[in-house]
Amino acid sequence: MKKLFYYLKPVAGMMTVGTIIKFIGSIMDLFLPYILAHLLDNVVPEAKNSGEIRTIFIWGGVMIICAAVAWIGNIVANRIAASTTRDAVKQMRSDLFRKTINLSEKQINDFSIPTLEMRLTGDTYNIHRMVGMMQRMGIRAPILLIGGVIMTFSMEPVLTCVLLCALPIIGFVVYFVSKKGIPLYDKVQSSTDKMVRIVRENIVGVRVIKALSKTDFEKARFEESNEEVGKNDMSAAIIMGITSPVMQILLNAGLVAVVFVGAIRVDAGLSEVGKIIAFMSYFTIILNAMMAVTRLFVMCSKGIASMNRIAEVLDEKDEQEIFLGAAPSEDIDTDNKIVFDKVCFSYNGVKDNLHNISLSLKKGGTLGIIGATGSGKTTLIKLLMRFYDPQSGSIYIDGKDIRKMSSKELRSRFGIAMQNDFLYAGTVEDNLRFEREVTTEEINEAIIRAQAGDFVNERGLDYQLDMSGHNLSGGQRQRLLVARALAGNPEILILDDASSALDYKTDSALRSAIGNIDPSPTTVIVAQRVSSVMNSDVILLLDNGETVACGDHETLMRECEMYREIAETQMGGGV
Amino acid sequence: MAAPVKIGKMPAGEKEPVSLKRQKAVLKRLWKYLYRFKGTLILATFLAITGNLLALVGPKLSGNAINAIVGKDKVDFTAVSLYCILMLIFYLVSAGFSFVLNIIMIRLGRKVAMAMRKDLFDHFTRLPVGFFDKHQIGDLINRISYDIDTVNTSLSTDFVQICSSVITVLGSLIMMIVISPALVSVFIITIPLSFLFTGYMSKRVRPLFRDRNEKLGELNGYVEEILSGQKTVKAYNREEEMCARFDEHNEKAVQSYFKADYYGSFMGPSMNLINNLSLALVSVLGALLFFGGKILLGDISSFVLYSRRFSGPINEFANIISELQSATTAAERVFRLIDEEPEPKDSENAVELTDIDGLVELKNVSFGYDKERTIIHDLSFKADPGSVVAIVGPTGAGKTTIINLLMRFYDIDSGEILIDGHPIKDISRASLRGAYSMVLQDTWLFHGTVRDNIAYSRTDATDEEIIAAAKAAHIHSFIEKLPEGYDTILSDDGTTISKGQKQLLTIARAMLSKAQMLILDEATSNVDSRTEKLIQSAMRNLMKDKTCFVIAHRLSTIQNADNILVVKDGDIVEQGNHNTLMSYDSYYKALYNAQFD
Repeated sequence: MKKLFYYLKPVAGMMTVGTIIKFIGSIMDLFLPYILAHLLDNVVPEAKNSGEIRTIFIWGGVMIICAAVAWIGNIVANRIAASTTRDAVKQMRSDLFRKTINLSEKQINDFSIPTLEMRLTGDTYNIHRMVGMMQRMGIRAPILLIGGVIMTFSMEPVLTCVLLCALPIIGFVVYFVSKKGIPLYDKVQSSTDKMVRIVRENIVGVRVIKALSKTDFEKARFEESNEEVGKNDMSAAIIMGITSPVMQILLNAGLVAVVFVGAIRVDAGLSEVGKIIAFMSYFTIILNAMMAVTRLFVMCSKGIASMNRIAEVLDEKDEQEIFLGAAPSEDIDTDNKIVFDKVCFSYNGVKDNLHNISLSLKKGGTLGIIGATGSGKTTLIKLLMRFYDPQSGSIYIDGKDIRKMSSKELRSRFGIAMQNDFLYAGTVEDNLRFEREVTTEEINEAIIRAQAGDFVNERGLDYQLDMSGHNLSGGQRQRLLVARALAGNPEILILDDASSALDYKTDSALRSAIGNIDPSPTTVIVAQRVSSVMNSDVILLLDNGETVACGDHETLMRECEMYREIAETQMGGGV
Repeated sequence: MAAPVKIGKMPAGEKEPVSLKRQKAVLKRLWKYLYRFKGTLILATFLAITGNLLALVGPKLSGNAINAIVGKDKVDFTAVSLYCILMLIFYLVSAGFSFVLNIIMIRLGRKVAMAMRKDLFDHFTRLPVGFFDKHQIGDLINRISYDIDTVNTSLSTDFVQICSSVITVLGSLIMMIVISPALVSVFIITIPLSFLFTGYMSKRVRPLFRDRNEKLGELNGYVEEILSGQKTVKAYNREEEMCARFDEHNEKAVQSYFKADYYGSFMGPSMNLINNLSLALVSVLGALLFFGGKILLGDISSFVLYSRRFSGPINEFANIISELQSATTAAERVFRLIDEEPEPKDSENAVELTDIDGLVELKNVSFGYDKERTIIHDLSFKADPGSVVAIVGPTGAGKTTIINLLMRFYDIDSGEILIDGHPIKDISRASLRGAYSMVLQDTWLFHGTVRDNIAYSRTDATDEEIIAAAKAAHIHSFIEKLPEGYDTILSDDGTTISKGQKQLLTIARAMLSKAQMLILDEATSNVDSRTEKLIQSAMRNLMKDKTCFVIAHRLSTIQNADNILVVKDGDIVEQGNHNTLMSYDSYYKALYNAQFD
């Protein structure tokens, strides 16, 4: 809730203006029955005595004026409400997105993408509805409620007290219900997350599901989560549904009591019939206001549950604040572009995924990393780009510990093509430019170097890609990813298994094209194939997160049995 | 069952004028969902009517009670008490009814929502693969969650509202006529006014709601897209730019929301104004009538109460209409998806493939994803039962496309594909696809335990079988090391599990499957060559006696294939076994030798 006020603060001024206008408008609604009572109790009998009916029309006119003021006031106020809501929600959503995109990989995995997505969309919609309604009805309803009570009080204090007896009970019911309701709505939202996840999985994995004819299984899986959402939603709504009949009963019972007590008082000459009539009119207003308040409570319970979910994300620490390991080290004096010094890292803090890695790579040099599946190749890249920090040891670029650099300073040096990299629905050019300041010439050059010239030329730079580039083959996608990495003329180029879908010919042409760039970027190649890394200045062979060997191809062929074995299986003993 | 009312297809970003006819079609289909629960619906209607009728008696009773309060010392207490007790009873019963009604409607709304969700999801499973390649996941998710939710909220409240409004309006009108026909004349002015106004406004506002839902859908689409590419965004330092683009979408979304609110905000107060005007007119007219001795004060009171009840629903109508509008636009978005062309039904006399030999033949097959660009031209080849067919060629040559056609993810444009002599278009899709097991380049695992993921192709597999498959795929020892072993839950983008390990899991999955034909599309592209060598014998076992289609870049892995198809630009340029292809100056030879450059 605190977070919500934070976002409402900048629009508080406008909201106050809106509230005042709304207040005036709503008060007018309250005057109308008052005038009615006056008309019936005083004006009419007077007119009857004097035979003068002009005053009746004057009061009629006053009522019309009040009605007009109420009309204008409410419209203006509603519009102000719509605009303040827009501004507050816009800011919140924008901040939430910014936060989300800046979450570390671990944080994202802990939340999981579907729930983050729901928080950015469904939950912010709930808040939009809540804030809007709060301003429209949330002000009007209490004004009508309190105003109605005051008006009746000024007219007939005793009768009002009779009515007010019902209020504490109502208050208790509302408190009880909303206390129960918020956690229930929270449950609804998390079961929705689950449902969304299943839908998402089904869309992404449509091929596998169809291939394995698992449609019925998936339907059942979805149905289960669908039922869960339905059930949770139902129990939340039913709890909320208790309020309105309870209020009806209480208020109507109060009304009956008013009539009865009123009768006694009129009989005793303490009150007039006209007042009881006006009282009835106010009573309807109070009842309606009460109903509106109930609806507000439903809305708020939903909104607060959503707000809590959003605040959970917003309150996450910034990626930069997360230091898993020790403080950064002092600068070192080196000519090398990249230095790893006794780096250890573990995802879960139990077993090291990378253990005691040391290596150095000169400026413009090439590092090849190979090793078994799960040996830590990609993890090493993630550390270099600081998606994670090592538990111990340091990584230096140009002699500076990367933990001392801002993420912008660090990552602007890189161009990277990753294993599971993404392309979005848009033109080839948009995808390659990727919102960077890159000229069309640079893009064209990168396309040629990435060996993507033939098919890009055929379709043009403005060729429209489907979602995730589905209308390209795996190899074409990979070449675009490499082109994207090259287009920014990076100091350091990282190709993480970026050529696995390329045939050998294209792969080797790609490597020589990269070698010909002047000045050549410092390059890190992660690969399965020995042929992709054999020309590297340094080859790092990893196994189970540990360095098996580190050196150039010849040395490794000579000294490392494991490397030799890999090379021989792959090249059929041809080398 | 009547044929479903078609609402039309869903071209992206289409903006046609909203016709009343369309809205009717949507309502008609929504009605069908409601109709499934007609028992509940009848009960609900009954409760709504009686509950409201009872509530209507209230003001009349209170009017009577007030009439009995004549003035000082002249109050008829027997009458007052009687009416008060009656009021109490009526209100109690009516509140009880409204409570039951509430619950019934809440249940109904949820049930309809669940039914719609189920229908939509079932339809998802029937849509062709190509559909998902072309639509934003986020927008689809928005429809199945937010849009259906909107329909649900509206159904569970609006139906009751409409019912009770109609009753209340009619009932109050009758009561008012009973009390004073002269006073009713006031409404001759105000009612047409409100109807005209409502009609005009709803026409104005509806497109705005539609626009709003569309923009929210786009926002969802963008969020989904960027979140799944979040790593790349970071790696390239593009957070700011992506935020800026998000802000544009966000701006559009809130702005369209604002617009709908802005015009919508006109309705409530205006209806209220019309109300208040009637009240003013009733007061003046009532006063005059009283003046003329034609009406009692208590009657004016009852009349005013009824007029409030009368105009209350009309007032609410504005709200209901705007909610209904937002619900129908949401429902429309859902129905459009349901109307998307599903995979064509299996032909009437489709064969179920049983006992397959595994003879696969392609005859003069042509295909293109777009009609303008043919990718596969006139492709023919034959795979004998139990043979291994390797498909090689440069990237983009159409290798994966061939797999898409074999599995019938896409239908061919011309030519024929035959299995054991049956054209695949005459084979039921389920049995055709069931005849294959496959391991793809893009591995797919779902949120669930390792065990469930491996056993996905055969839920009846025993633990021993699962472990045996995992061992054969050389992933067993890795699984054992996971915190919960085989019960470890894999999440969407599990960091601790590499792409190669994912591939090994899908290989284990394929090993469990008993299909007679096998597709390996770069099945080991992310598995290192040592592990690959280790699993080789298991792979051979897997491939034994099966017709296999293998796509691989590492040509060493396919040297033993019975037939190697060299595909270039959608044509087979060469075919034969490794030795034949190497024996002359073939394209294959060039590709093969390039490995050693």
